[in-house]
Amino acid sequence: MITFMNNSDSEEEPCNERTSLMSAESPPVPSYQDGLQALEAGEVQAHRKRRAGSSRGPNNIAGGEMSGSSVPVRESALENEEEELTLKYGAKHVIMLFVPVTLCMIVVVATIKSVRFYTEKNGQLIYTPFSEDTPSVGQRLLNSVLNTIIMISVIIVMTVFLVLLYKYRCYKFIHGWLILSSLMLLFLFTYIYLGEVLKTYNVAMDYPTLFLVIWNFGAVGMICIHWKGPLQLQQAYLIMISALMALVFIKYLPEWSAWVILGAISIYDLMAVLCPKGPLRMLVETAQERNEPIFPALIYSSAMMWTVGMAKPDTAARGPSQQTWDAAEDGREHHRSPSHADSQMSETRSPVPTRPVTSLEELEEEERGVKLGLGDFIFYSVLVGKAAATASGDWNTTLACFVAILIGLCLTLLLLAVFKKALPALPISITFGLIFYFSTDNLVRPFMDTLASHQLYI
Amino acid sequence: PAFGLFLFTIARDPLRIIILIAGAFFWLVSLLLSSLIWFIAVKASDPRDERLQKGLLIFGVMFSVLLQEAFRFLYYKLLRKAIEGLVALSEDGCSPISIQQMAYVAGVGFGLMSGAFSMINLLADALGPGTVGIHGDSQLYFLTSAFMTMVLIFLHTFWGILFFHGCEHRRWWEIAAVVVMHLTVSGLSFCNPLYVGSLVPSYMLMAAAAAWAYLLSGGSAQNLRRFLLCKS
Repeated sequence: MITFMNNSDSEEEPCNERTSLMSAESPPVPSYQDGLQALEAGEVQAHRKRRAGSSRGPNNIAGGEMSGSSVPVRESALENEEEELTLKYGAKHVIMLFVPVTLCMIVVVATIKSVRFYTEKNGQLIYTPFSEDTPSVGQRLLNSVLNTIIMISVIIVMTVFLVLLYKYRCYKFIHGWLILSSLMLLFLFTYIYLGEVLKTYNVAMDYPTLFLVIWNFGAVGMICIHWKGPLQLQQAYLIMISALMALVFIKYLPEWSAWVILGAISIYDLMAVLCPKGPLRMLVETAQERNEPIFPALIYSSAMMWTVGMAKPDTAARGPSQQTWDAAEDGREHHRSPSHADSQMSETRSPVPTRPVTSLEELEEEERGVKLGLGDFIFYSVLVGKAAATASGDWNTTLACFVAILIGLCLTLLLLAVFKKALPALPISITFGLIFYFSTDNLVRPFMDTLASHQLYI
Repeated sequence: PAFGLFLFTIARDPLRIIILIAGAFFWLVSLLLSSLIWFIAVKASDPRDERLQKGLLIFGVMFSVLLQEAFRFLYYKLLRKAIEGLVALSEDGCSPISIQQMAYVAGVGFGLMSGAFSMINLLADALGPGTVGIHGDSQLYFLTSAFMTMVLIFLHTFWGILFFHGCEHRRWWEIAAVVVMHLTVSGLSFCNPLYVGSLVPSYMLMAAAAAWAYLLSGGSAQNLRRFLLCKS
C-alpha cells in the first residue's frame, strides 16, 4: 500500500480512496501519509454528496419523471490536483453526457417527425384534468396553470412519500415499486411504440414474432437495468426508456400545460435540491447520515462502475435500478459516487488487501464519470420533441432548442466543477431551451423565411 | 464537406466539441438579436410597401452581419479568458488547445450553425414531393443554395481564423477586412437569382480567404507542395 501511494500522480487518486479506508486498520503511518489521509477522509465525506432527483408520475398508467442532477466524481485528495483533474477530465465528462442526451433527443425527434401517433391528441392524463380546448385565451391560460399546479403537487407528494419510505427503511417496498414500474415501461410502452412505428412504415409483423421481440427486449432490459450488464447496453436501455417516456409526455400533455410544466419543474428542481428543507436534500442527508448508498435509483452513469460490481458480487451497495416513473411513486434518484461504493467494498475487504487493490485500480480509471438523472433526459427530450412537433419553423426551432439545451448542460457541469456539490441539472438548460424556443419560433422564423425566399445569405 | 471537417478534425477532442457548440450558440444569439431588430422594424413599418420591405430586409441583413462579427469578437474574448484558465490549471503549463485551433473550431461552429439554419428547412422540403422553380423561379434553387451554404460555411471557418489572428496581433485591418468580406458576400447574395453574380465572386473570395488563413497559420507554398507530392 505504501508503495502504491508513492506511485506516479495518475495513481494517486486511486490510492487515495483506498488508503483512507485502510488506514483505519493499519499501524501508524509517517506524517506525509497522515496528512494525505486526513485530507482523504475529508474527501470521502465529500464524495458522499449526492443529487437527488424526484420522479413524478403523471401518467394515466404510471408515470414518474425523475429530475436529477449530475454529480461529479472526484477522487483526488489535494485541492489543486482536484481542480486540475476536474477541468482536464471536465471536457471528457461533458462529452460523455452530450452524447446520450443528443441520442435521446435524436430518437425523440425522429419519432415525432415520422410517426403520427405521437402528435395526435387522444386525450389527456388524469394528472392534467383541465382541457385546453377553451375558446378564450384567459381560460386556456388558467387551465394550463391549474394543470401545472396539480402535476407539481402530485410530484411533491410522491417525492415526500418516497423520502418517508426511505427514512423508515421500507426498502423492499421501494424496490418492488421500482421493478414494477420499469417492467411496465419496458413492456407496455415498447409494445405501443413498436406498434405505431410498424403502422407508420406499413410493415406487417405477426404476433408471435412481436411477442418474441418484445419479450427479449424487455427481459434483457430488466436484467441490464436492475442487475448487471455491459455498460453500453445499460446506457442504451436508459436512453430508450427516457425517449419512450418523453414521447408519452409529448403525446399526452396539452400544449400550454407542457410549457408551463417545464418551467415549473425546473423551478421545483432548483428548490428541491438547493433549499435546506427541500425533500431531495433531506433524502441526501439521510442517506449520508446512515452512511449507505441511496436506494437503487434511476440515473445515467457515464462511468463504468458496474463492471467492477461484477467482480464483487456481495456488494449491497450496488443495485442500480432504473425506474423512470410509476403512477404512485415519486422516486428520487441519488447519484452516488462510485468511490463511495469502492470505499465500502474496501472496508469489507481490508483484511485482504491484494484483491481490492487490483480491482479498484481498474475501477479508478473509469470512475471519473458523471451521473445525470434520467428525469433530466426526459425533460430535455420533451422540450426538443415539443419544439419539433409544434413549432411551425420546424427544424430551425428544433436545432436552436437543441443547442440551447447542450449549452445549458455545459454551464451546469461547469458550475458543478466550481461548487463541487449536487446541483439540479434542469433549470439552466430548460430556461435556455424555453427562451430559444419562443424567440426562435416568433422572431427568427419570419426573418429566415423571408431571407430564404429571396435567397439571401447572412 | 463541412460535416466531414467536423468528423475528422473536431470530433476527437471533447474540448473542441464544446467550443464548437458554444460557437454555434453565439451565432444563434446574434441571429436572435438581429431578427429581433428586424422584426421590430417590420412591425413598425408599413407592410404593404414593397420597396420599404425590401429595404428593411437589406438593412436587416447588414445589421445581422455586423452583429455576427460583434459576437465573434465577444466569443474571442471569452476564449481568451478560457485559455488563460486552462493554462493555469494544466499540469505542464501550456494549454491543451491553442488559440489557433480555437479560432478554427469557433469558425466551424459559426459556419455550421449558419449553414444549418440556411439549409435545413430546404432539405426538409426537398424530401417531399414538388417541382423546383415551378413559379418561374430558377430551377437550380436547391443546387445553388447548397453551394452557397457550403461556401458560407467555409468562409466562416476562414474568417474565424483571420479574425482571431487579427485580434491576437492587434491588427485592426485584418478584422476590418473580415467584416468587409462578410458584408460583401452577403451583399452579393442580393444578386440572386443572378447566380453568376453571387456564387462566383463568393468562391473567389473564399479562395482568397483560404490562402490568407493558410499563410497565417504557418503554412507556405513549400509545405503545400510537399504535402501534395507526399514527400516526407
